[in-house]
Amino acid sequence: MEIFGIPIQALFGQLLIGLINGSFYALLSLGLAVIFGLLNIINFTHGAQYMLGAFCSYLLLNKLGVGYWWSLLIAPIIVGASGMLIERLMLARLYKLDHLYGLLLTFGLALIIQGLFRNEFGSSGLPYRVPAELTGGQNLGFMFLPNYRGWVVVTSLVVCLVTWYVIERTKLGAYLRAATENPQLVQAFGINVPRMITLTYGFGVALAAFAGVMAAPIYQVNPLMGADLIIVVFAVVVIGGMGSIMGAIVTGFGLGIIEGLTKVFYPEASNTVIFIIMAIVLLVKPAGLFGTQK
Amino acid sequence: MKVEIVSADHQNKPDVGSQIANQWYDVDKVDAIVDLPTSSVALAVNEITRKKGKALLVSGAATSDLTGKACSPNTIHWTYDTWMLANGTGNAIVKTGGDSWFFLTADYAFGHALERDTEAVVQKNGGKVLGKVRHPLNTQDFSSFLLQAQASKAKIVGLANAGGDTTNAIKQAAEFGIVRRGQNLAGLLVFISDVHSLGLQTAQGLIFTETFYWDMNDQTRAFAKRFAPANRGIQPTMVHAGVYSAVLHYLKAIESSKTDDGSKVIAEMKRLPTDDPLFGKGSIRADGRKIHPAYLVEVKKPAESKGPWDYHKIRATIPAEEAFRPMDQGGCPMVK
Repeated sequence: MEIFGIPIQALFGQLLIGLINGSFYALLSLGLAVIFGLLNIINFTHGAQYMLGAFCSYLLLNKLGVGYWWSLLIAPIIVGASGMLIERLMLARLYKLDHLYGLLLTFGLALIIQGLFRNEFGSSGLPYRVPAELTGGQNLGFMFLPNYRGWVVVTSLVVCLVTWYVIERTKLGAYLRAATENPQLVQAFGINVPRMITLTYGFGVALAAFAGVMAAPIYQVNPLMGADLIIVVFAVVVIGGMGSIMGAIVTGFGLGIIEGLTKVFYPEASNTVIFIIMAIVLLVKPAGLFGTQK
Repeated sequence: MKVEIVSADHQNKPDVGSQIANQWYDVDKVDAIVDLPTSSVALAVNEITRKKGKALLVSGAATSDLTGKACSPNTIHWTYDTWMLANGTGNAIVKTGGDSWFFLTADYAFGHALERDTEAVVQKNGGKVLGKVRHPLNTQDFSSFLLQAQASKAKIVGLANAGGDTTNAIKQAAEFGIVRRGQNLAGLLVFISDVHSLGLQTAQGLIFTETFYWDMNDQTRAFAKRFAPANRGIQPTMVHAGVYSAVLHYLKAIESSKTDDGSKVIAEMKRLPTDDPLFGKGSIRADGRKIHPAYLVEVKKPAESKGPWDYHKIRATIPAEEAFRPMDQGGCPMVK
């Protein structure tokens, strides 16, 4: 059986692969959405922080002998902590100014971080092995699914849904959302708003680092690995609606699939298709698919 | 002789590269541009250099058009080119039974040239090309393309790409069990730095062609020993070696011709036989092609490697006269 000249089995394979790539888009755009939704900061350092996560796990393994599983926990904590430092020392001074200043600061930081790493490690990429427990794969009939990729999809889905639940359905999440709406009032109830904001930024950054650790065994650990990705991820966030948590998750996975299909039907356009969609969405629904006009 | 060196990053963009070249030639009085990775940028700077009568010594860029239809009296293509890669690797693979191919091609000048040259070699030897897919430069994820390659049932998946694209493709091919399920990979342009970044576990058995390996003889080892400490401990690739060799010969030509006029120095470089510790004795043809032997190498198994950067074993040496495209087949207007 064929659809548009593509055997249906091949199509299933491509859909699954799209879902895998979508996992990374979802994880990264989720972090961005959390930071933008709750802090109103457009975090352009996100790609660099994703790269830092990957490098952190590379260094943990090669300098300290710490393996993948511990890295999955430790790297986000380290990178998240560095993010909190950035928030406290720099970003905190910009909240009263226009969005543009935060964007410029984080963009500059990204360039500096990537430059430093390129200087130190070169740009040709470093190897990182798939953990022994997840090597091999499953024959699904229509394709051979490497175990590690399966793990990526499941884990990122779980992380995304837990994050959504915490922010949208728990008391902690309610405080966070309230603090964005009216920080003075929340502060008056005895909640330390600046600390909560610092922690939120740290959490968003940790999500990026987490995605970086997940990516390390699949892609090269490379100083510029986040630089290309971040532009796509921004498009994902814009399409989903800036600051919408669910929007980021759904569009992340959805656009991964659309991109995957483009790779079959017209591969040359596979790295532009997301931007074409972004342009269309912005024309039709400027606030994004899941955003609300303020 | 007082030599001054400037450098810049063209970001793989022909427009950025052209702007830098114009600035260097017109304002900063630069006499020669060396290396120039990325074929599209090299082709652009090739034209600028011709117009301004300067000198261009290409090491990093691969397209064989630089000594073919785009050949110039102001350009020498030093280290390797797409024809030589295709000929070395393609020939060896088709002759050992790899007669059906699927190409993963980087979608720009270099990838197209490499695919075209390899396809010609495959067909000349009686092989077939079952399909090809063009991927954007700097693709992170190849799984979709690899799945298409798998579906084609071709015996050989030819990687007509370079650098990060090649290493990502090889790494992900291993993950998706391409080789375990009976297909083989042909890396058409692989550098030792790529092997290093893949690790021997993933890269072992890969066959490709290069013109320089640091661990070939005492002279290359001596060069490597000086090179590594100055460069974060990495060993020189053929592109690094080519830059060294080209600059050395360029300076010799300036010395003997007593001028730094681009067109005259290039003519002198073609007249003088080349001789340096890295590539040995060689020559430069009228179309600007530097001629030296090429080596078909295989990446060692982890157990065969005796130390860091001990990665390649040389399977065959392709003599200088056979390694590069015969001058009359390139379509270079200067030699007609």
